[in-house]
Amino acid sequence: MKILILGAGQVGSTVAESLVSEANDITVVDSDSGKLALLQERLDLRTLVGNASHPSVLEQAGIADTDMLLAVTQSDEVNMVACKLAASLYNTPTRIARIRSADFLARPELFNKDNFCVDFSICPEQILTDYISKLIEFPEALQVLRFSQGKASLVAVRAFKGGPLVGQPLSFLHEHMPHVDTRVAAIFRKDSPLIPKGDTVVEDGDEIFFIAATKNIRTVLKEMRRMDKPTRRVMIVGGGNIGRRLAKALEGDYQVKLIEYNKKACENLAGELTNTLVLNGDGTDEKLMQQENVGEVDVFCALTNDDENNIMSALLAKQGGARKVIALINRSAYVDLVQGGKIDIALSPAHVTIGSLLAYVRQGDVAAVHSLRRGAAEALELVVHGDRKSSSVVGRRIDEIELPSGATIGAVVRGDEVMMGHRDLVIESEDHVIVFVINKAMVKKVEKLFHVNIGFF
Amino acid sequence: MQRTLTVIHALGLMLAVFSFAYLMPILTAIIYGQGEVFQDFLLAMVWTLATGVLMWMLTRRYKGELSIRHGYLLVVAMWTAMPAVATLPLLLLLPDLSFTDAYFETMSGLTTTGATVLVGLDVLSPALNIWRHELNWLGGMGIIVLAVAVLPLLGIGGRQLFKAETPGPMKDSALTPRITETARNLWLVYLGITIACIVSLKLAGMNWLDSICHAFAAMGLGGFSTHDASVGFFNSPAIEAVLMVFMLLAAMNFATHFLALRAKSLKPYRMDVEGLATVGLIVLSCFGIAGFLWWQGTYPSFLTALRHASFNLISVATDCGFASVDFNQWPIFAPLWMLLLSCIAASSGSTGGGIKMIRTLVLVKQAGREFVKLLHPAAINPMKIGGHVISNSVVFSVLGFIFLYFMSVATLTFALLISGLDFISAFSAIIACINNAGPGLGLVGPANNYGALTDFQTWVCTAAMLIGRLEIFTVLILFTPHFWRR
Repeated sequence: MKILILGAGQVGSTVAESLVSEANDITVVDSDSGKLALLQERLDLRTLVGNASHPSVLEQAGIADTDMLLAVTQSDEVNMVACKLAASLYNTPTRIARIRSADFLARPELFNKDNFCVDFSICPEQILTDYISKLIEFPEALQVLRFSQGKASLVAVRAFKGGPLVGQPLSFLHEHMPHVDTRVAAIFRKDSPLIPKGDTVVEDGDEIFFIAATKNIRTVLKEMRRMDKPTRRVMIVGGGNIGRRLAKALEGDYQVKLIEYNKKACENLAGELTNTLVLNGDGTDEKLMQQENVGEVDVFCALTNDDENNIMSALLAKQGGARKVIALINRSAYVDLVQGGKIDIALSPAHVTIGSLLAYVRQGDVAAVHSLRRGAAEALELVVHGDRKSSSVVGRRIDEIELPSGATIGAVVRGDEVMMGHRDLVIESEDHVIVFVINKAMVKKVEKLFHVNIGFF
Repeated sequence: MQRTLTVIHALGLMLAVFSFAYLMPILTAIIYGQGEVFQDFLLAMVWTLATGVLMWMLTRRYKGELSIRHGYLLVVAMWTAMPAVATLPLLLLLPDLSFTDAYFETMSGLTTTGATVLVGLDVLSPALNIWRHELNWLGGMGIIVLAVAVLPLLGIGGRQLFKAETPGPMKDSALTPRITETARNLWLVYLGITIACIVSLKLAGMNWLDSICHAFAAMGLGGFSTHDASVGFFNSPAIEAVLMVFMLLAAMNFATHFLALRAKSLKPYRMDVEGLATVGLIVLSCFGIAGFLWWQGTYPSFLTALRHASFNLISVATDCGFASVDFNQWPIFAPLWMLLLSCIAASSGSTGGGIKMIRTLVLVKQAGREFVKLLHPAAINPMKIGGHVISNSVVFSVLGFIFLYFMSVATLTFALLISGLDFISAFSAIIACINNAGPGLGLVGPANNYGALTDFQTWVCTAAMLIGRLEIFTVLILFTPHFWRR
């Protein structure tokens, strides 16, 4: 697929990195030649310096035969104009724009065919904010991912002594709570995957991925580990785009304190937020943290745009007694280094947000893609079409489908109903199937399997 | 000097325009067929017009744009000169009245205070009563606002006047791009609600003269009445209810009324934090005081207590000043609470007086900020009202205003105490005058009036009314050396 990416910022470069590895032709446009040079050094792609909203630049970048335009520059306006140009001058089939401003998003008619022609708008900061909000709502979980508009969720949790399931085989789960249906999609023990079977015994320290209807998450979590007290106090360091959105999303339900270094930014934040206590200071200042009772904090989030600072302030907070600490870390090398140590959750913004873009890049009808375990594994929500003849999935029982080993059908969403992927369930057309793939290399095979085969006609 | 002449030029024009206000009492005199009254008013009108035109003609060479500094001077000059010329008919028709008392009466009218020195209002000629109430009404939203709508047509810029005149710190919330347009719109809203009030009062059982007079007094939150017993004379729950509604309307920001009318929705009221606080505080207080009076046994039933407590509390809290019973006789907590409300309850941009609710909110929030600052030294906690950040400079100016307000109250109260008045009368008289409320307690309570005061005491009260109406700064700025320095 030929893809044109406008903007080589944080989002642009991670998307490029992700897509290059999936064998796409990629061109990146940015006005900053320095950023482009960095990209070109690392990745196999073409770069072009220029203003992304000028037709001449777009033409030079080869928009005429591009399959997909990804406008992810810093400016909403440039992104929207680029989509409009692509649609009216070059007939580009798919146009995706990053739109941050809630003002634009509040008027979806702006994005339709008569106006700015934006097929999909994404807002990475919002995705990240939603992701962290879920982690705060379920402080025991490592990851909470939503499928089918939130009807079903995939949850990652570390099993811990005290949970009834620990030391028992998985089949015990069904006996212990017969009314709640859930399915364990994968277990990682000491970072290597196990294929979960009925007799697999759960051990202390296992990382378990299970799928359940969203309303049942808490019940299932209780099986895996002793529950903590619900979150009440949240401390956020860094009042940038993500910190601000998160504080706004949380301030109604939790006690939120937000630490920001820049005084001017503090004043703006305090003006915008109604229920958050905005503090001016350094997130790595242990005196300030003590003064603000970091020991009483349930969830501590370090969300500045500086990896080292985030790691340090998260470590300090953990040291000071914060119950759960989350650090936002851009460099993937750091993520691997830190995760599982003192810092409870190391968040890589690229991995959290890339899924929403990947869903558009993939073949077939993919409703959602979530990147798991730092990009090693993946969970997909695929919409199946066709009939028994044209599809190798529809009309078959799950145990008849020839899934590659390591891929599991976790659940099926049919209309409003969430059904677990048990052996005897028969897939119908228009079902949303949630597939868990242990190794990303298998994704292509899975997609092919779900593809409607036109040759059958 | 040249600039001062420019001020006189503008003042002359104002007086000339003001002289047309006599048309209403003149008309009344014609309708009631009172020849002598008619002559006196005509005389007053001619004199005022002549003085104004003369001042205007003589200083014609100095016509020009006013600086902000002279805007203040003009405002104060007008608010002292207009009551002075407005005394003419009173002095002509009531030969026993001293100038001091007449000036108090007209100042009370134009500052919408509603305190009176006259006894026997019931037998006063209708034209004179109309004149007093018209002063209330004109004073209501400020003759200046009217002038702002009219004078620019005559080639005199008015934005600086508007700045000095419109009450409260919300003055920058311009409704239309042009100041003239804004003033005209506000004035139309004011006129519209007044007409609604007149009709409602007529339907509630007043005669036309009384309903016009009381509507004028209610909308201006003045509180003059055509009867010595004030609204108590009618002893009608319907009339009291109508007046309560319109007093509350007048105690809210007229800009909000305008926005609501223009948008034809109630949303602007929901957005008006200040207005909600005003109405909320007053309604809560009504029930509280009614309960208190019932508990104390002042009234036998809760409903009677509620009726009297609501009317008198709303009247005093909104700085109107009608009375339906002698609340001086209530247990002292109730009237003192009403006086406290009169200091803080009215909204900015209304015709009420006092500190204004917006400043009260700023102060309350500032106190909260101090607590947060003590607990969290690193906190950045800006002042926010209705979701908008209020800059520290505004907070400081509010603090400065409050200091001057309380110093003025203290100083003027001491002045009355020195002259021999008892404490409750002195204190309540100053509070009632500086808030432009009207009746105080004790000697100046609702059953009595300010006629009992000595000349000196009357002048002190007159000064309090002026200072309060012009938001203190405007008057006191003239007494700072900086003002007169070039």
